[in-house]
Amino acid sequence: MIESLGRRSISAIEDIGRVGYFVRDMLRGLRDVGTWGSLVMIQMRRIGVDSLPVALFIAAFTGVVLALQASYTFTGAVPLYFVGTLVGKTMMLELGPVLTGLALAGRVGASMAAELGTMKVTEQVDALETLAYDPQSYLVVPRVVAATLMFPVIVAFAIAVGIITGWLTSLVLLDLSTPDFVKGLKLFYVFKDVWFGLLKSASFGFTIALVGCVVGLSTRGGAEGVGRSTTQTVVYSAILILVLDAFWAVVLL
Amino acid sequence: MIEFQDLYKAFDAKRVLQGFSLKVRDGETMVIIGYSGSGKSVALKHIVGLLHPDAGEVIVDGQAISTLDRDGLTEVRQNIGYVFQFAALFDSLTVGDNVALGLRRRALEDDEISERVREALAVVDLSGTEERLPAELSGGMRKRVGIARAIALRPRYILYDEPTTGLDPVTSAVIDRLMVRTREHLGVTGIVVTHDMRSAYTVGDRIAMLYEGKVRQVSTVEEIQHTDDPIVRQFIEGRAE
Repeated sequence: MIESLGRRSISAIEDIGRVGYFVRDMLRGLRDVGTWGSLVMIQMRRIGVDSLPVALFIAAFTGVVLALQASYTFTGAVPLYFVGTLVGKTMMLELGPVLTGLALAGRVGASMAAELGTMKVTEQVDALETLAYDPQSYLVVPRVVAATLMFPVIVAFAIAVGIITGWLTSLVLLDLSTPDFVKGLKLFYVFKDVWFGLLKSASFGFTIALVGCVVGLSTRGGAEGVGRSTTQTVVYSAILILVLDAFWAVVLL
Repeated sequence: MIEFQDLYKAFDAKRVLQGFSLKVRDGETMVIIGYSGSGKSVALKHIVGLLHPDAGEVIVDGQAISTLDRDGLTEVRQNIGYVFQFAALFDSLTVGDNVALGLRRRALEDDEISERVREALAVVDLSGTEERLPAELSGGMRKRVGIARAIALRPRYILYDEPTTGLDPVTSAVIDRLMVRTREHLGVTGIVVTHDMRSAYTVGDRIAMLYEGKVRQVSTVEEIQHTDDPIVRQFIEGRAE
């Protein structure tokens, strides 16, 4: 029992050390702009444009549910225009970034882990090295940079769509007028609401891409290993998103 | 010249190389034979720094590989072409881009890169396949693209990791002929890792047998064919006992 605990602790410390070395190598890879510069746009399109439908779909229904739940909770005790406040604040501060982050942990993180894992087990990563490329510059940096830049953009769209569907729901199902919804939306609005959500989403993008790359490039053992890496990436990313969410709340709110 | 000096490598409890020493002379093709899992590919990967030895050293053109930093390693790698066992082509790139990838690292003009890609594909009899994706190619064609990618770099050394494994006899013969042609036309030094004896006899100048982590015998093709060593004889004749 104690021996097993010790072994697991050592393994966990080794994993942390490995990630530390990985980040160091990634920072070294940043210097080679000539290699990663041209690849960032491709990744931005893959991560950003291709992920937009999923993110907007989730945001749209979240906006609807938020408006209905707010009205149900207020039940006449609180003026109905506070629905606008709740929808706006919740989408900007929490649900926009976190739900999008969790959804994209599955879509983006898993796809990165699967792609890099397959490249690893089929020796494509070794081939890159023998062609005098640094895999960090060629594979990791473009993905991490693109995810860090594109997540705030996706989340910004998601927030906007969530608020719009919340507004439409209020109009159609709650008999709340547009001026009242906007009044509620503006009521406690501060610019910090926006940048807090976007900063948080940038950190989620960075984390998901980093986890996808670390796990993907550590893949061993063929197709089974690729499957394992994909699952691990989704689980680790989801956990880290929730931890980061709490971290930013403690530090910035 | 490439020289393995008393190389040791283990993966956890499995000791793979245990004092592996071998000199590969400039201009020759050295074939390393041995049982599956005997460490042939492991030895090859040490040459380009994909693996690091537990002890011992690999010397390439007088440079000790394990002492080089990333820049030094990059410089050495630019003189070496590596043909992987399953070709290791990049799935998302076309055949042309696969062959061009290493050249783009060398600050060559686009015209020269295109010319070299055409030339390399012509050498492996795959002219006109530039726009095809690796998934559209047969196993033998993929290996030939792998060879084209290596020779496009005009390297001093080419390392072939099991180049004929998994191919039918005719395609294997085509690959063998390509390896011979590469040596004759480009004058490169080659190391071929294989357990295909027909291929070894065709392409090799000398053959080294790796057994229990070290070189059991290194000789010319003819000497190996007439060896008295029972272990080597059993292997080259493919006898169960």
